[in-house]
Amino acid sequence: MPEVVIRAEGLTKKYADFLAVDGIDFEVFKGECCGFLGPNGAGKTTTVKMIQCVLPVTSGSLTVAGMSVSEKPREIKKMIGVAPQEENLDEEFTVMMNLLVYARYFDIPRHEALGRAEDLLKFSQLEEKRNVVIDKLSTGMKRRLILARALVNDPQILLLDEPTTGLDPQARHLIWGKIRSLRKQGVTVILTTHYMDEASELCDRTLIMDYGKIIEEGKPSDLVRKHVGEEVLEVDFDVEVMKTLKEKFPEARLETAGDRIRLFTAEPHGVFESFIKDFPTKGATIRNANLEDVFLKLTGRQLRE
Amino acid sequence: MMRSIRTGARLPELTYRVWKVWRRDFDVFMKTWKVNFFPSLFEPVFYLVALGFGLGGFVQEIDGLPYVQFIAPALVAISVMNSSFFECTYGSFVRMYYQKTFDGIIATPINIEEVVAGELLWGATRSLISSTIVLGVVGAFGLMSSPLFILIPPIAFFGGLMFSSIGMCFTAIAPNIDFFNYPAFLFVTPMFLLGNTFFPLSSFPKVLQTLANAVLPLVHQVALTRGLMLGDIESSLLLSMIWTSAVTLFFFILSIDLMKRRLIK
Repeated sequence: MPEVVIRAEGLTKKYADFLAVDGIDFEVFKGECCGFLGPNGAGKTTTVKMIQCVLPVTSGSLTVAGMSVSEKPREIKKMIGVAPQEENLDEEFTVMMNLLVYARYFDIPRHEALGRAEDLLKFSQLEEKRNVVIDKLSTGMKRRLILARALVNDPQILLLDEPTTGLDPQARHLIWGKIRSLRKQGVTVILTTHYMDEASELCDRTLIMDYGKIIEEGKPSDLVRKHVGEEVLEVDFDVEVMKTLKEKFPEARLETAGDRIRLFTAEPHGVFESFIKDFPTKGATIRNANLEDVFLKLTGRQLRE
Repeated sequence: MMRSIRTGARLPELTYRVWKVWRRDFDVFMKTWKVNFFPSLFEPVFYLVALGFGLGGFVQEIDGLPYVQFIAPALVAISVMNSSFFECTYGSFVRMYYQKTFDGIIATPINIEEVVAGELLWGATRSLISSTIVLGVVGAFGLMSSPLFILIPPIAFFGGLMFSSIGMCFTAIAPNIDFFNYPAFLFVTPMFLLGNTFFPLSSFPKVLQTLANAVLPLVHQVALTRGLMLGDIESSLLLSMIWTSAVTLFFFILSIDLMKRRLIK
């Protein structure tokens, strides 16, 4: 059995008028990358903030490395690195100074902090920007600096709250590469994201939350197979096409939304091929089932905000 | 954590880490020290020239003092009030709300109480810095008559802590940054004009004098500064000391508690 680093039992966060986290149980194992997925307001960020000891727990228990978040917040914070959703770098300072000031909060001696900041600048590919004020950085550079700053205390656990929101594909892939290399070094990573490709790419295990509860958990590929199957056929909505599909694939799950028909099958690859040939003009496409299909199936298509 | 009364304010849990927050603000200040330094150097010069020497030429002596000598200590006390009050209202609000600086710091072993306490001490330090500059200007005009002036900077620091703490209470309840118009125009400006600054409090009826002494922090800051600058030590200064200490302690604890309630839900 892998070692458990975070354990929640009946974890609940209640506000005056609503229940943000509703008695959830989960474990995070040492060295894994665990993703929290869910629509806005599902309770992901609230859960992460309780792990980082900044939001008090209403009831239930939450331990990090065997220590209770309500009893040993300082000890826990020392071993955690946090890259928040919102950019909160010190605008007035340079890149280097941001790392040094943050190191000071962790009581890291100056000479040691300098060495570590150098390593982190290299790691985040910001060496040339060391003396640049935050204002002058691109969004991607800021995200990289936030990640670097989260590593200044050499954390065993890294909490990443939507680390690539708003980034271009190049910047995202760069961040993904960094996260993977940290995992190889044995850092336990907890990630929240709205991007299902990001979760599939990075996470060993995902927990899907909705309305404050964990509604499903597992390996991304297992979840896809379990809930969606192998392949998806997508085609523009048309009554005749719909009829044909129902006749041809009576056992497949059929969904219509947003003027598109989606047909999910657990059969091996290739079953939709013949159909495509019969309707070459309808713009039908076949693709692999993915985590986004799982997500939408479990949490619905309705907007939450 | 220590709890006092169940519904009342809790005593904050503070460690040496408070100074790391203070140091962060200090480092930012040093980045822009020129902008911070020169205005606070010239402002008192204008006041002394315009009001002290200009208007003062038309004003009779007050308690045997030339007008310019009467207002000089008030200018020092006003800078104590302004720099800390505005640092811990607009300044802290920007750091808390727009820059999310506090969120960044509490993700480290520093807790929210220490963040707020660090901000308060920084506000007090701003008072110390700017009032010392004003004091230098006043000295350059030859308006100090007692060696006791050396005690003015420490008094400025503690007065600054009082105004920081009061300002921080407004920050804790401010829904947006425009809200600070209320305390700025209804609390700071009246004190600036009426708080024993440009004319003696004794011009008011007795009732208003008592009221001013009871509720206006600046009145005491001016009294202390004036006493030390002129070497005119009366027993009422002891009362001002006690009043200031008690009010500072009260608002220091209250502001930290209110901020904690705002930020940690």
